[in-house]
Amino acid sequence: MSYIPGQPVTAVVQQIEIQKLRDGVNLILGFSIGGGIDQDSSQNPFSEDKSDKGIYVTRVSKGSPAEVAGLRMGDKIMQVNGWDMTMVTHDQARKRLTKKNEDVVRLLVTRKSLEEAVRQSTMQH
Amino acid sequence: MDTESIQSGYSHHSNRSRGSNKQSERSSRDRHKSHSRDSSSRSDKNVTISASSAQLQQDQSSAPTDAQDDNWGETTTAVTGTSDHSLSQEDLAGFGKETETPAEKLNCIRFLPLVLTLFLGLLVLVTPLAFLVLPQLVWPERLQACGTACEGLFLSLAFKLLILLLAGWALFVRPARASLPRIAVFRALLGLLTLLLLLSYWLFFGVRILDSQDENYQGIVQFAVSLVDALLFIHYLAVVLLEIRHLRPCFSLCVVRSTDGETHHYNLGLLSIQRAALVILEHYYKDFTIHNPALLTAAKSRAAKHLAGLKVYNVDGAGSEAATAQSRAKIAAAARHRDTSHNELYYEEAEHERRVRKRRARLVVAVEEAFTHVRRLQEEEKKKQPGDEMDPREAAQAIFPSMAQALQKYLRTIRQQHCHSMDSIQAHLAFCITNNMTPKAFLESYLVAGPTLQYGRECLQARQWTLVSEASVTSPLRHGTEFQLKSSDFSLVVTSKAIPHLKLSEEFVHPKSHKFVLQLQSETSV
Repeated sequence: MSYIPGQPVTAVVQQIEIQKLRDGVNLILGFSIGGGIDQDSSQNPFSEDKSDKGIYVTRVSKGSPAEVAGLRMGDKIMQVNGWDMTMVTHDQARKRLTKKNEDVVRLLVTRKSLEEAVRQSTMQH
Repeated sequence: MDTESIQSGYSHHSNRSRGSNKQSERSSRDRHKSHSRDSSSRSDKNVTISASSAQLQQDQSSAPTDAQDDNWGETTTAVTGTSDHSLSQEDLAGFGKETETPAEKLNCIRFLPLVLTLFLGLLVLVTPLAFLVLPQLVWPERLQACGTACEGLFLSLAFKLLILLLAGWALFVRPARASLPRIAVFRALLGLLTLLLLLSYWLFFGVRILDSQDENYQGIVQFAVSLVDALLFIHYLAVVLLEIRHLRPCFSLCVVRSTDGETHHYNLGLLSIQRAALVILEHYYKDFTIHNPALLTAAKSRAAKHLAGLKVYNVDGAGSEAATAQSRAKIAAAARHRDTSHNELYYEEAEHERRVRKRRARLVVAVEEAFTHVRRLQEEEKKKQPGDEMDPREAAQAIFPSMAQALQKYLRTIRQQHCHSMDSIQAHLAFCITNNMTPKAFLESYLVAGPTLQYGRECLQARQWTLVSEASVTSPLRHGTEFQLKSSDFSLVVTSKAIPHLKLSEEFVHPKSHKFVLQLQSETSV
């Protein structure tokens, strides 16, 4: 998941569709994010490359819509509803995920196990 | 009988050390070497004598058991190692006190270097003046009169001579700090150099000027001025060699007291061993706490108990390796024997600690109470009540009895009662009252063991020290030099280590290079 500036990033992603849960007046998804281009990326425990300033899932609440949809801790969010999340600030990421007029968020997430699975399947051929 | 032989050996040793100090510094090296070696070997011999006497005793006690089995109970002498050792140590302590002569003998040899220095100074003063005056006396009519140049030279000569005399007085005419065992090499060298210079100048003067009766007076005056210049440069050399060279620290010396292990470290420069010993002794009186032999009795009794615990009897007859076999057997048996002396030590120390703290608390309270009774009389009150005034000594005597007992008990518990006499305590009390000190300040000198110089004559150690060294004492200090300074009760063991060569490199930090960023790691739940 390391990238070279100026070059396109390729990653194996999985689409996860989460239905927002209505809790009173708030719409919650049930996970926490960390990271962003304005944050200190060296403290990120989930990233392989410590200069990766992407948005990572740091916590998934049990029984939440995110867990039900298949989101796991340590996933890197690449897109939210078509919006790019690889070069955003932390606050921008939060805003994209918590839009009040959206009931569903479609995330493209990537994780290391996905890459490995793809590699395994290509090796088998 | 054996103890008497030990006594005679030690007294002989102490007499020897006194005698060697009286000898002149300029005595031959060989004699000094043989003396120091003799005294050190004598002390070694003393150790072996007492050990062999203990062995002899054991053999004697074992022999009758073999010979007369029927009445062995009556003839076996139960002389153990303890009584022998403790008796000889007591005797040694007594002898130590005897060699401390109360009156300082005025040693004529101490003033020999001063006399020589003064003689040399006189010579230095007289020689240029003689060079100036002699031509005037011997052949005055043939001398060329010289004008202003000569007068200038006269002035400069006078001032230079004055400066030289003042500088020489400042550097050389000082009371000697100590009498060292051997001559101070640099001083002797400088004295010799000065003498050589003066002799050569006199030679030149005698041959070139007196014999030929030179008429050029200005030349003669310049000759005299050049002598004074040369002497000033020798004085500069003296300052550099004697005072400045050893200022930069090169060695770190570790000084350990042999009886209780108190350690201090000093940084010294390039010095000879005897001068380094002198510096260390000066620091000793200031830094080391007073040596208290009473505190060491517990350790000695424990050691004696270890020795006495096991006795080895040689049943099969004496052999040549009997001594080593016996000692090895003793050590092996001692290692196996499970004794409880560590237990006793622990509880004894805890008990002693508790006792000391209790006495100390009582003492502090008594002193504080005593001090409340004394108040300084103000100026106005002095005029109003001329009745009950007391000077500090009387005030001290008045309040002393209330704290005397507590102080005595405390001093006895920490075993320092021999260092402080009643007079000294009262004098100290008067001193504290005069200077408006608090009770805590008064007690400080009794609660904490201070350096040796603080105590009065009754506790002062002998100023007779013996320098024991393998290398010659005028050789310079090196890395790994070891020597000992022996006093009557204890010795200071000194080891020297060279201060490592330090490599300092620089790193330039631009003042504007200090920049910071905020490190945020926030986690938001969505």
